[in-house]
Amino acid sequence: MAKSNEPIVWSLFSAGGVLTALAAPVLILLLGFAIPLGWINPTFEHLSSLVAHPLTQLVVVALVSLGLFHWAHRFRFTLIDLGLHSLETVIAVACYGGAIVGSGVAIYVIWR
Amino acid sequence: MSKPYTPPMPRNWWNTNSAFRLFMLRELSSVFVALFVLELLCFVSQVRRGDEAMNEFVKSLKHPLFMLWHAIVLGFALLHSITWFNLTPKVMVIRRGEERVPDVLVAGSNYVACLVVSVVLWWIVGG
Amino acid sequence: MPDETTTLEILRYHPETDKEPSFQTFEVPYRDDWVVLDAINWIKEYVDGTLTYRWSCRMGVCGSCGMMVNGTPRLTCAVFLNEFHPDPIRIEPLAYFPIERDLVTVMDSFMEKLESVKPWLIRNEGEEKPLEEGEYLQSPAQLARYKQFSMCINCMLCYAACPVTGLESEFIGPAAIALGMRYNHDSRDQGREQRQEVLASDDGIWKCTFVGECSEVCPKNVDPAGAIQQAKVESTIDWYTSLLPWAKK
Repeated sequence: MAKSNEPIVWSLFSAGGVLTALAAPVLILLLGFAIPLGWINPTFEHLSSLVAHPLTQLVVVALVSLGLFHWAHRFRFTLIDLGLHSLETVIAVACYGGAIVGSGVAIYVIWR
Repeated sequence: MSKPYTPPMPRNWWNTNSAFRLFMLRELSSVFVALFVLELLCFVSQVRRGDEAMNEFVKSLKHPLFMLWHAIVLGFALLHSITWFNLTPKVMVIRRGEERVPDVLVAGSNYVACLVVSVVLWWIVGG
Repeated sequence: MPDETTTLEILRYHPETDKEPSFQTFEVPYRDDWVVLDAINWIKEYVDGTLTYRWSCRMGVCGSCGMMVNGTPRLTCAVFLNEFHPDPIRIEPLAYFPIERDLVTVMDSFMEKLESVKPWLIRNEGEEKPLEEGEYLQSPAQLARYKQFSMCINCMLCYAACPVTGLESEFIGPAAIALGMRYNHDSRDQGREQRQEVLASDDGIWKCTFVGECSEVCPKNVDPAGAIQQAKVESTIDWYTSLLPWAKK
């Protein structure tokens, strides 16, 4: 038997898990409720300068990319758990491929 | 004579007890969280496009279906956060000599961190 | 014999005559101080001497009498009838194992997996201390690093609780990985590199999806799920450090 290369995807999954566990609930509250319901009223100028800040851009790209890798890893195993073992390779390529494409899109959108 | 019988793995094994069902929901939470980060990316992109694009986006967020969607996403995100925080003491074992730092402290520090992150993000976005 | 009875539905399988297992119902005397194993022993003694199952110590130490009790893997010597009475109790052999006869499972695969992680102290060639130098000393803190994982009694409840072992027959499984970690964390041991070949392989820790039920059913609080996740962290650190240019091959 040989050692697995799984650590690379597992570490991305874990990083995404930590980041989304910490930040997703408040971001959903903000975007889904606080802003549309007027609990807070940030001006366009404020949000626009916020998203132009390099640190914000880094955080957004990390959230999107690692969040997608977190999904990819879990979803891959969920499909295998549901009995799709024979499609293992296709599933892995589709899931992680999706996360890579999504990360590329995020980088393009944020830094174009 | 040995003629062992191997029971088949039930296809719906994950629906056979509540622990497995909760496990499946925990795994599925990643789908909702992933869709939300993509939504967040869309929002940031709209803000970058300008005043009108952003207001258009915020207006559509007020639709009841979007409200429902976010309620569901928030539920799954909280499930993810809670299960993730509660499982960290199993993954990260911190020892001081013979003693293992109690699970409550390890998990608890995650909740504190989450609270800090939440307050800071709220304050930054709220302006 | 007391008048009150309770119902046991036991999965029976006779390889000579049966194509597949089927349930047989038994009425057994109900007693407050009886565990499920007592009731099964009563059936064997007074009703059907052909009922086949494993047991030995009756005190949760030997790890032989594990069965599915109403769908959950339990040591039958540690489950009292009063937990379910007056509802019927369904007894099946440990899940995900082939059934040899009645409640007896085939555990060859488990034995092979257990052996594959080399669950013994390994010293490097020529680094074994001569006898006259005495024992390897270990501090309480060093003992604490592996003691929990050493409590395993090989009862296999964790395998019967883990859907991954049912889905992926090659998965090394909870107990074997926890035992591997028990030796990896032992200050006297030098065999970690050898064990990692199995533990950190695709059939080892990386098949685990952290359902977590193995730790829930463990009668000795070994926490195999924790052992596996900790092994994932350690193996991930190994993997990244091996990339460093100054890492020795």
